[in-house]
Amino acid sequence: MSMTAIREDRSGKGTARISAALWRRAWLRATLTLTPPLAWFLVIYVASLVLMLITAFWTVNPFTNVLEHSWTFANFNQLFTATYTTIIVRTVEMAAIVTVTDAIIALPFAYYMARVASPRGRRALFTAVLLPLWASYLARVYAWIVILQKGGTLSWTTQKLGLGAVNIGYTNTAMWVVFSYIWLPFMIVPLYGALERIPDSLLEASGDLGARSWRTLRSVVLPLALPGIIAGSIFTFSLTLGDFITPLLVGGASSEFIGNVIYSNIGTANNLPFAATLALVPIVIMVIYLLGARALGAFESL
Amino acid sequence: MRATSTKGTGERMKPRRRNRATGGLIAVAAAALVAVSIIPSAASAGRVNGGLTAPEANSPVPSSVGKTEGHLNLIAWEGYAQPEWVKPFQAATGCKVNTKYAGSSSEMVSLMANGGGGQYDLVSASGDADLRLIYGGDVKPINISLIPSWKNFQPFLQAPSFNTIAGKHYGVSFEFGPNVLLYSTKTFKTAPSSWSVLYDKKYAGQITVPDNPIQIADAALYLSKTEPKLGITDPYELTQPQFNATVALLKSEHPLIKKYWDLASQEISLFQSGTTVVGAAWPYQTNTLVAAGAKVAETIPSQGATGWADTWMLATRAPDPNCAYKWMQWMTTPQIQAEDAISFGETPANKLACPIMDKLQKGSCAAYHANAPASYFQTIKFWKTPLATCDNGKNDCVPFQDWVTAWTQIIG
Repeated sequence: MSMTAIREDRSGKGTARISAALWRRAWLRATLTLTPPLAWFLVIYVASLVLMLITAFWTVNPFTNVLEHSWTFANFNQLFTATYTTIIVRTVEMAAIVTVTDAIIALPFAYYMARVASPRGRRALFTAVLLPLWASYLARVYAWIVILQKGGTLSWTTQKLGLGAVNIGYTNTAMWVVFSYIWLPFMIVPLYGALERIPDSLLEASGDLGARSWRTLRSVVLPLALPGIIAGSIFTFSLTLGDFITPLLVGGASSEFIGNVIYSNIGTANNLPFAATLALVPIVIMVIYLLGARALGAFESL
Repeated sequence: MRATSTKGTGERMKPRRRNRATGGLIAVAAAALVAVSIIPSAASAGRVNGGLTAPEANSPVPSSVGKTEGHLNLIAWEGYAQPEWVKPFQAATGCKVNTKYAGSSSEMVSLMANGGGGQYDLVSASGDADLRLIYGGDVKPINISLIPSWKNFQPFLQAPSFNTIAGKHYGVSFEFGPNVLLYSTKTFKTAPSSWSVLYDKKYAGQITVPDNPIQIADAALYLSKTEPKLGITDPYELTQPQFNATVALLKSEHPLIKKYWDLASQEISLFQSGTTVVGAAWPYQTNTLVAAGAKVAETIPSQGATGWADTWMLATRAPDPNCAYKWMQWMTTPQIQAEDAISFGETPANKLACPIMDKLQKGSCAAYHANAPASYFQTIKFWKTPLATCDNGKNDCVPFQDWVTAWTQIIG
C-alpha cells in the first residue's frame, strides 16, 4: 500500500517535472505542438504539389505506359497550342463571368441579410443559402439538366407564359446558369461577414454629410465590402476553374474545360505528365489573380 | 467517372467502354511512334508485323491443364467477374479469384507491365490494347485446343488479327459489340440507310456522337464508301490526306452536334427528352431506351459499323497458369457467355449461348444480335490500334496520338 502510494507520488512528480521543463523551454513546446500538423502539411500538401510540378516535365512511355523520368518541355509546348489555349481561355472566361454574376446577385442579398432583416429572418435566409450545400452536388446538377433540357421545367414554364420554348440545355449558357447557382453560397457568406462588420456610425456619418443612399453605397459600403467580395470571388473563381463535372453533364458540343482535359488525360489516356502540366494552369492563374487582388488593395483591410 | 455510380449498375460499367477506347488507344497510338523509331532494327528480326515482333511468340504452351494452384488474379473490366459466375467457378475448381478492375485500356497495359509482374494471370483486354500487350511481351500464346468451347465460336472471333498473330493465339476471345446508329422512329419513319444523317444540316442541333477519338474511324469508314477517290481501305489506317479529309468532315459536323456524350446515361436522357433524334450509340442504349418505352430503334447503315471485341489474355509471368486455363474454359461456356452478355449488354463469342440468353431474358439473343448471320458481323470493323506502320508496308499512316490531338481540336 505504502509502496504504491510512493510510486504514484513519484510519477506525479515526473509529470510535473516534464511540464515544468516544457514551460521553461517555449521553443520545445512549440516544436512538439507544431511538428505533427506541419509534417502532415509538408508531406500531403507541399510534397504532392512539388511532385506534380516535377511530373509535368516527364513523359509517359507510349508503349508500356510507364513514366519516363527524362526532362522535357514537350508538355508545355503542347499546352500552348491553339487547341488548349482555346480551352484555357474558355475556362477562365466562364470563371470570370460566374464570379461577376454571383457578386451581383450576392451583394443585395447579403446586404439585406446583414443590415435589414430581423434576426429571425436572417437565420431563415442563412439556412436557405446553406441548405443546397447539404445536398449532393451531383443531384443538384442533374436537377438542372431536368430544368433546362428540351421540354424541361424552364421551357414548360415559358411556354405557359406565352414566351415560347427556351432550349438552353447542353450549352455554355446552361453551364453559366448552373455554375452561378452552385457557387452562389460561397459568395454570399463572406460578403455577409464583411457587410455585417460595417459600423452603423459610418453609414450615419455618410448621411449626415449629405450623401444620398447611392453615394453611400458607392463610397462607403462597396469599399468596405470589397474584402468580402474578393474572398468570395476566390471561391467562385477557383471552384469554377477546377470543375469538370458540370461541363461534362450540362455542357454542349464546345464545353471542354481544363478539368475535362485533365480528367481524360488521367482517367483514360493515363498521361499523368500532361495532366500535371494542365493542372499547373489553374494554380498559375490563381496566383496571378491573388497578386492582382493584392495590388488592388483587397487584402489591406483583412 | 464517379458521376456514373449514382445512376445504377447498367451505366456504371458502360462509360468504361469509352474509357478503354479513348485511353487505351491513346497510348497505343503513341506506340506507333515507337514502332516507327524501331523499325530499322525490328525489320531484320524475322517475324515482322508493322515493324514489330512478338517477344513471346516462341514461348512453349502446355499440352494439358495441370493441377490448379488454388488462386487466380485477374485484371478485368468491372462487370466481368460477377459473383454469379465467380462463385460457382471457385467451387468447381478451387481457384480463389481476386479481381483488379481497370478503368481504361491504358491502365490494363500499365498493370500488365513486365508480363503481369508475376502477380496477375489474366487480363480481359480490348482490341485496342491487345497488340500493345503482345508486342510488349506482356502476354504469351495459349494452347487454344485446351479451350473446348472455342470450336463453337463465331468464326470471325476464332483467330481475329487483334489477338492472333501468325497462327499463335494470345488469348481467347470473349464478347463483343457494334457501334450502331440510334435514331428516333418519330423523326425517321424508315431506318436511315447511311451514316450521312450524322452530317446532315437537316438535323442540326439534334445529333449526338461519343466523345471519343476512335469516332474518327467511324467517319473514315463512312468516307471510305462515300468518297472512294480518297482510297480509304481500312478506317484505322489513314494516310495524312485521308486523315485530314476525315477530320475536316468531323469539324464540319461540330456545329450540328448537340452534345458529345461521355456516359451512356447522357445519350439515353438526350433521346428520352427528344433533345436529339439521331446519334452513334451502343446496343445497350437502344435496349435501355426501348425497355423504357422510348420511340427509338437502331440500325447498321450500308457503310457498316465499327465495334469492340475483348480477349482474355494470359500474362507472360502468370503464377497460376492452370487456374487461368480453367477460367478461360469457364468463361467461354455457353452458360457464362449468356449470363455475361445480358449482365453487361454485349454479344457472346460462343454461338451456343443464344438459346440460353433467350431463356434468361426473352428476346435477348436477337436484341444483341447473337444469332445474326455472318453477313452482319462482316459489316463490323473492329477497333484496332492505328499505327504509323500501315499493313500496306508503307509507313505513312497517322498514329493514334495524332488522332487524340485531332479529336481534342474537333470537339474543343
